[in-house]
Amino acid sequence: MVENTEHKHEPNFLEYRGKYTGLMGWLTSTDHKRIGLMYFYAMMTFFLSGVVMGLLMKLELISPGEQIMGAQTYNGLFTVHGLTMIFLFVIPGVAAVFGNLFMPIMIGAKDVSFPRLNLFSWYLYMIGAMVVLASQFMGDGPPDTGWTFYAPYSLKTQTNVVAAVTGAFILGFSSILTGLNFIVTMHRLRAPGMGWMRMPLFCWTLYGTGWIQLLATPVVGITFLMVIAERTLGIGFFDPAIGGDPILYQHLFWIYSHPAVYIMILPAMGVITEIVITFSRKTVFGYTAMVISSMAIAFVGYFVWGHHMYTSGMSTTARWVFSFITFLVAIPSAIKVFNWTATLYKGSINLQTPFYWAMGFIFVFMIGGFSGLVLGSLATDIHVHDTAFVVAHFHYIVFGGTGFAFFAALHYWYPKMYGKLYNGKIANIGLVIFFIGFNTLYFPMFILGLMGMPRRYYDYLEQFHSLNIVSTVGSWIMATGLIIVIVNLLRAKKGSGKEVDDPWEGRTLEWTISSPPILENFEEIPVVDHEPYDYK
Amino acid sequence: METTANHHADLHRDDEASKIGMWLFIFTEILLFGGLFIVYSVYRFRNPVAFHIAHEELSITMGLINTIILLISSATVAISISAIQKNDKKMTLIMLGLTLLLALTFLVNKYFEWGAKFEHGMYPGSELMKMLSNGDMLFFSLYFFMTGLHGIHIIVGMILLAVSFFQVKSGKIHSTRFFLLENSGLYWHLVDLIWIFLFPLFYLIH
Amino acid sequence: MSEDKHHHIVEYKNHILVLLLLISLTVITVAITSVELGPYNTAAAMLIASIKVAIVLMYFMHLRFDQKIYRFMATIVILIFMAVIVVTFFDYLYR
Repeated sequence: MVENTEHKHEPNFLEYRGKYTGLMGWLTSTDHKRIGLMYFYAMMTFFLSGVVMGLLMKLELISPGEQIMGAQTYNGLFTVHGLTMIFLFVIPGVAAVFGNLFMPIMIGAKDVSFPRLNLFSWYLYMIGAMVVLASQFMGDGPPDTGWTFYAPYSLKTQTNVVAAVTGAFILGFSSILTGLNFIVTMHRLRAPGMGWMRMPLFCWTLYGTGWIQLLATPVVGITFLMVIAERTLGIGFFDPAIGGDPILYQHLFWIYSHPAVYIMILPAMGVITEIVITFSRKTVFGYTAMVISSMAIAFVGYFVWGHHMYTSGMSTTARWVFSFITFLVAIPSAIKVFNWTATLYKGSINLQTPFYWAMGFIFVFMIGGFSGLVLGSLATDIHVHDTAFVVAHFHYIVFGGTGFAFFAALHYWYPKMYGKLYNGKIANIGLVIFFIGFNTLYFPMFILGLMGMPRRYYDYLEQFHSLNIVSTVGSWIMATGLIIVIVNLLRAKKGSGKEVDDPWEGRTLEWTISSPPILENFEEIPVVDHEPYDYK
Repeated sequence: METTANHHADLHRDDEASKIGMWLFIFTEILLFGGLFIVYSVYRFRNPVAFHIAHEELSITMGLINTIILLISSATVAISISAIQKNDKKMTLIMLGLTLLLALTFLVNKYFEWGAKFEHGMYPGSELMKMLSNGDMLFFSLYFFMTGLHGIHIIVGMILLAVSFFQVKSGKIHSTRFFLLENSGLYWHLVDLIWIFLFPLFYLIH
Repeated sequence: MSEDKHHHIVEYKNHILVLLLLISLTVITVAITSVELGPYNTAAAMLIASIKVAIVLMYFMHLRFDQKIYRFMATIVILIFMAVIVVTFFDYLYR
């Protein structure tokens, strides 16, 4: 905090005044931190609306039969819930918000390589989001295909699929440009002395993510274009009536959408790594192994898409090949978990809110990961495919993984973003309630799935009733926890927060500068002469 | 790689970064068409006879001419980049102009090729197309979609090259600052690369 | 940064030679596919197309003269794409 005084004369990025002031100052800013925050605000809005949709669905499922909505409304609701959460929150999630905010600082750069392209990506993101949301209200009613747009139903349904698919296409484009920007930044703008193997691990995960964004997203982009062409131009690709193969659609869709899971989870793992290191006050265990496992997850994750399609009519050979490769992904993921625990070992652990979030992440991620092995193995998947088990699994991974990491990152970097510290006690209470609610909500769905309750129906048989009540009550507990967490953070921003520069004594470069950072982060580009995590 | 780590004092001008960015974008484009090549190979594998018969509707001569046009245009762009490095502005402009002209010729050819199909009632959504058998339908859907998307890329490439042309003319691009021209050139070669595969796949099925 | 260091200037003549090579390969492709080679026709056409693409990448797109990292990235991307096709065909070949 001593060094802070000398920065005081320079306004930080929140207060900086450029050519425009007020809202325009933000909308035209190419500063990576402002863009990161703009992503953050937009994303929280979409996330909360997705949460509301989820709550409504759980409310519908509190008892068998029609409670608050009919089948078609429910179909529309799970589609838009999926679209919002997947495309607007978890895929860009950690990378676009915290990657933008901190990756350039962590490698000692003043900004990303292409700041204007970065702003353009944000606009594309917003446009895509608007188109997706507009698809709910215009034309012939909200799409009811689920977020996967499986052919041939997506070709035949009368609902407004074209708009939703177009929105997803634009969002993909935004994602590609962000990934491109990050990769180039890491290639070109590392501070002097920061070799590749001195880069913080969060940046490494973003590097792997960037490559997946570049190489996987275009495949789904072209697939979406084909669906649009098939619906509007009357040419044929996937409709079996004209010789098309709907399973080919599934292949192409999952060639992107499975790696997309790694787009979500890799930066989340990076965040957890940073937090575990900082709060153990110890060098990371196995830096090189962490780097390699990040890249291995990105690479192997590209070839496992078929495990979404075991029951859709693929050849038997393809099924066991995909099952085999799927098990391979578990290895680098497990390396990460082992290294986190090994880093904790004999560390001087500092029990603070971000650390608790990180531990929550590891807990739910393990459950999600192991249930993933159940789904990844051919025999058991055939039993639980398209049941509530799958829903529970991917909520543990996607929401439990990325969502927990998102909030962990938020609590970790909050003082850096706003220069203020939140009330730790209330944050912890919120987390505990959230954690209990999360497990009460999703764990019963594993059991329901094993009992045979199918997913994506607004109604169910009487024998599933009691567990569904538990699950619905869990959703209310979780929402309560979420409200506490968010209100606590908002209050800290409004002024009740203690002003701090570096509450955690982290060692990566972002903690060497004032909070909030000034416009171009560093008054002078730092020279790096040590390993990223040199705790003595 | 270590060379990258010590010369970014000037944030606002980094030609190497633009070039990496362009290459990454090219990779994205490769995978974009890659998705289509997967679709093509799967459907051709499943309908070998229909694809063979359908391809006879396409004129090999027309395809060959267009291939050679694109190859020449690739060479002219490459020469124009060599020329700007040698500070030979006139040669650069001539070569770029030639490239644009060749690109236009390609499009005109494409227009006549597609036009002939349209005249026979063969276009997306037409009655004739709806009556086609399964394999033929897939072939022509892919043909229109892939060559159409390629055509759009030609137009984008032409816009990039035209901008480069005018910037060379106004002196904004010169022998030490030509990353825009270089990147437009890379993009143009990509368009050529894709066509190199499209040509045998659609016109030369045996 | 040293612009001059890595910008190898290719002579016009070389570009012309590469062009002639590409055109002759194209003509060879057309010639090959007009004779009967059974299943090898497609293989030959694809092989020649790949050679042409490699030539364009190495010479017109300067990969041969650029830093190694570009060649490395391009190779990885192409290999990944080919692997995707192979894995997809595990389904179609054995269905």
